[in-house]
Amino acid sequence: MTIKNYMKKLSHKLQDDLKRQALNIRRDIITISAKAGSTHIGSLLSTVDILTALYFDILRIDPKKPNNSNRDRFILSKGHGCLGLYCTLANRGFISKKILNEYCKDGSTLPIHPVRGSVPGIEATTGSLGHGLGMGLGLALARKRDNESGRVFVLLSDGECDEGSTWEAVMLAGHLKTDNLIAIVDYNKIQCYGHVKDILDLEPFTDKWRANGWEAIEVNGHKFEELIPALRSIPSQVGKPTVIIAHTARGKGVPSMENKLEWYYYNIKSENLDKILAELI
Amino acid sequence: MRKAFIEELTKLAKKDKNVWLLTGDLGFSVFDDFQKNFPKQYLNVGVAEQNLISIAAGLAMSGKKVFAYSITTFLTMRPFEQIRNDICYQNLPVTLIGTGSAFSYNTAGCTHFALEDLSLMRILPNMTVTAPGDAYEVKSLVRAAYKHQGPVYMCITKNGEPIVHNKNTNIIFGKAVKVADGNDAAILVCGRQLSNTLTAANILREQGIKCRVLSFHTLKPLDMAEIKKAAKETKGLITVEENLLAGGFGSAVAEVLADNKITKPLVRMGIPDEFPKGVGSQDYFLERYNLTANGIAGSVKKILKLTSR
Repeated sequence: MTIKNYMKKLSHKLQDDLKRQALNIRRDIITISAKAGSTHIGSLLSTVDILTALYFDILRIDPKKPNNSNRDRFILSKGHGCLGLYCTLANRGFISKKILNEYCKDGSTLPIHPVRGSVPGIEATTGSLGHGLGMGLGLALARKRDNESGRVFVLLSDGECDEGSTWEAVMLAGHLKTDNLIAIVDYNKIQCYGHVKDILDLEPFTDKWRANGWEAIEVNGHKFEELIPALRSIPSQVGKPTVIIAHTARGKGVPSMENKLEWYYYNIKSENLDKILAELI
Repeated sequence: MRKAFIEELTKLAKKDKNVWLLTGDLGFSVFDDFQKNFPKQYLNVGVAEQNLISIAAGLAMSGKKVFAYSITTFLTMRPFEQIRNDICYQNLPVTLIGTGSAFSYNTAGCTHFALEDLSLMRILPNMTVTAPGDAYEVKSLVRAAYKHQGPVYMCITKNGEPIVHNKNTNIIFGKAVKVADGNDAAILVCGRQLSNTLTAANILREQGIKCRVLSFHTLKPLDMAEIKKAAKETKGLITVEENLLAGGFGSAVAEVLADNKITKPLVRMGIPDEFPKGVGSQDYFLERYNLTANGIAGSVKKILKLTSR
């Protein structure tokens, strides 16, 4: 299955809507992280278009009924990207925008990494890498055996694919033909201390998933005309879990941050906030 | 104990389709009937203990009552962080069944010796820690774990340890059971040494020494009231466990005494700070560390000698 097969034309209106939502989420991420003095900004920005596609088109969810039993579940396995998820949940109506101002503040319910049930829409506690796919597999198996319809989406970082526990889950999900499990890898090619290809090269990455019984689809993780058809096609093969390898860029949307390792560690100084917001595209 | 576990779990699985058994590729012959009778409630995840725990968490998040099984050492140490974050931090109803107490896998060597499990599980918030002393305690604790709304650890053994309790004994989490009465000394036992402890009390009784024997099948929450009562009413306490002395049951009892400013002689029996060297049977190793009826009786005499000075 090639990317071409998924390149169906999306309506201009949907694309414009999604782009607008993504811009709002990026603006919130920049503003809130500047206020909190928090880091991981480059890694947050690379996930925004994936989160937008999921929460504004793909996931069968209802902000008014966040615990609906048949809902699709989303696990942010790369827990350090949770500000992106909070901002997405706020823009999608799960939580108020006001609560975002409490991010990382004393006594708040919004830490850097997600805590299950802390606010509506947070489905699993993560923060240490390599836990999310296994939990997602458990959720997906329960649904399969109970003949329930909900699907389970898990967003992983590329660095997280160094963890052995990730591959334990990959192997078993393929073996059990868990086709209601969808992994998305935010493949921004930069991990904590350098470039993926220099530290622990994942390539041939899609082949590794396919060898374990997964359907693998490569997309540009910032182009909705690729993300949406790929995500809508799931399960593209009955009896296979699906992985979307989303090629992304760290810091996407703020040109001065793009593909810069240091924006994992830097925070935004208040005097630079307006300049960075003005850069947003 | 392992047979008692699967018998009780089978009863629960028959009544409730949300009861699941997960194994890390262990349980040869013991789980054959369970997987045949409850294929939708059984899963062998392969030799992958980290995934075993994360999957158990995901299932529990879906309303399942999960019992996850492996050899004690593999179950508690390889996936320690998954136990901490996925099960305990999220406070999910997953029961970890570790098979093997200290030297159950006798000739297998130290990689298979369950020396640290009680200490490791005890320090985790939300975790209930149990070490049943006979098959009756196993069955009762499995039922209690099924009803419990949070994580539970249970260390069981492979062999047919003698049954100590009668059918009227009430086993509930956090409540020690008095199996012998006396005020000379109190022997507090956690786990497989229950039968040896009772034998020790009987040996001593013939010599005119009356010991109270308390079975602490639950190490956490700890029955502090019974510890304080025993300290008040007897001349000294002996703790017995098949675990390293560091951080286990004896440590927990010592903490209760210290925290409550109780000064009473205490002898902690268990395994010292070492990896047991050599090869041998379960009894060979237990004798090395005095974890026998005679060894326990000797500790009682040591306490009484101290108090008579």
